[in-house]
Amino acid sequence: MDAAAAKLIGAGIAVLPLLGVGIGLGMLFSSVISTMGRNPSVADSVKGAGLLYFALVEAIALFALVIALLILFVF
Amino acid sequence: MSANPLEQFVIKPIIPLEIGGYDISFTQSSLWMGIAVICATLLMTLTMRGKAVVPGRWQNVAEMMYEFIAGMVHENLGHEGRRYFPLVFTVFILVLMGNLLGMVPYSFTFTSHIVVTGTLALIVFGLATLVGFMRHGLHFLTLFVPAGVPLALAPLIAAIEVVSYLSRPISLAMRLFANMMAGHTMLKVFAGFSVTLGVVLGVLPLVVNIALVGLEIMIACIQAYVFSVLTCLYLKDAIELH
Repeated sequence: MDAAAAKLIGAGIAVLPLLGVGIGLGMLFSSVISTMGRNPSVADSVKGAGLLYFALVEAIALFALVIALLILFVF
Repeated sequence: MSANPLEQFVIKPIIPLEIGGYDISFTQSSLWMGIAVICATLLMTLTMRGKAVVPGRWQNVAEMMYEFIAGMVHENLGHEGRRYFPLVFTVFILVLMGNLLGMVPYSFTFTSHIVVTGTLALIVFGLATLVGFMRHGLHFLTLFVPAGVPLALAPLIAAIEVVSYLSRPISLAMRLFANMMAGHTMLKVFAGFSVTLGVVLGVLPLVVNIALVGLEIMIACIQAYVFSVLTCLYLKDAIELH
C-alpha cells in the first residue's frame, strides 16, 4: 500500500471516536430533555449545565478531527 | 477549482519586524487582537457613560454581561470569588470578542490558533496552581490524593490525578482552538462546494452555509462561556481542594 492511501485510511480511522461522541451527546440531551419534562422549574439551570457538558463532549470529536487534519495535511 | 480550506489560517505579517533572530512581526492576528481589545473597551465604556439607574438598550448589554459573569463567579467561588472576577471577565470578553469578530467576513479569528489559546490556558492554569500553593502551601498536593482512598491504591490514583491535572491546560487550549478551526474550515468547505457546483446547484450549499454561520455564532458564545466556566472551576479546585 502506498503512503498516500495509508494516509487517507489513517485519517478515516482517526475520526472513529465520533461514534462514542454521538452516543454520548444523545445520552446527554435525552437526559436533559427528560429532566426538563419531569421538572420544568429547574429548566434554566439544567439548560446551562447541558450546554457546558455539550461543549465538553463535543471537544472529544474535535480532538479526533484535529488528529485527522494533522495526518492529512502535516505528515 | 477551489482553494484549500486551511489557507485562511495562514498568518501574514503586516509590519515585518525581527529582533535578535526572533520574528516579532505585527501580523493580521495581532491586528485583530488589537481590534478585539478596542471593541471590548468601547463596548464597556461608551455604553456605561450615561450611568442611568434604569438602563437603556446599550447599557443593558454591558450590565447583562457583567451580571452573567459575576453570577457565575459567585456560584463557583462564593463570596471571596470577587477577587478573581476581573481575571474571569477579561478572559471571557477577550475570547468572546475574538470568536465573534472572526465571524465578520474577511476578518481573522485569532482564537483559531493554538498559540493564542495555549497562552490563555497556561495563564489560567499557572494562576490557579499559584493560588493553590499560596493558600495551602504544600498541603495543596493533597488535591492529587482524594480523601478515603485505600493506601495500596494511593500511588496509582495520585499518578492518574497528576496526569489529569497537567493535561488541563492542553484540553482547555485544544477545545477552543479546535472548535474555532473546525467551524471555520467547515464554512470554507461548504463555500468550496458552492464554487464547484456552479451557479444553479451552488445555491444549496449556500443555504447550508447560512445555517452554519448561525451555528458558528452560537458556538462562539458557548465556547467563551465554557472557557470562563472552566477557569472558575480550576480556581475553585485550587481554593477549596475538592
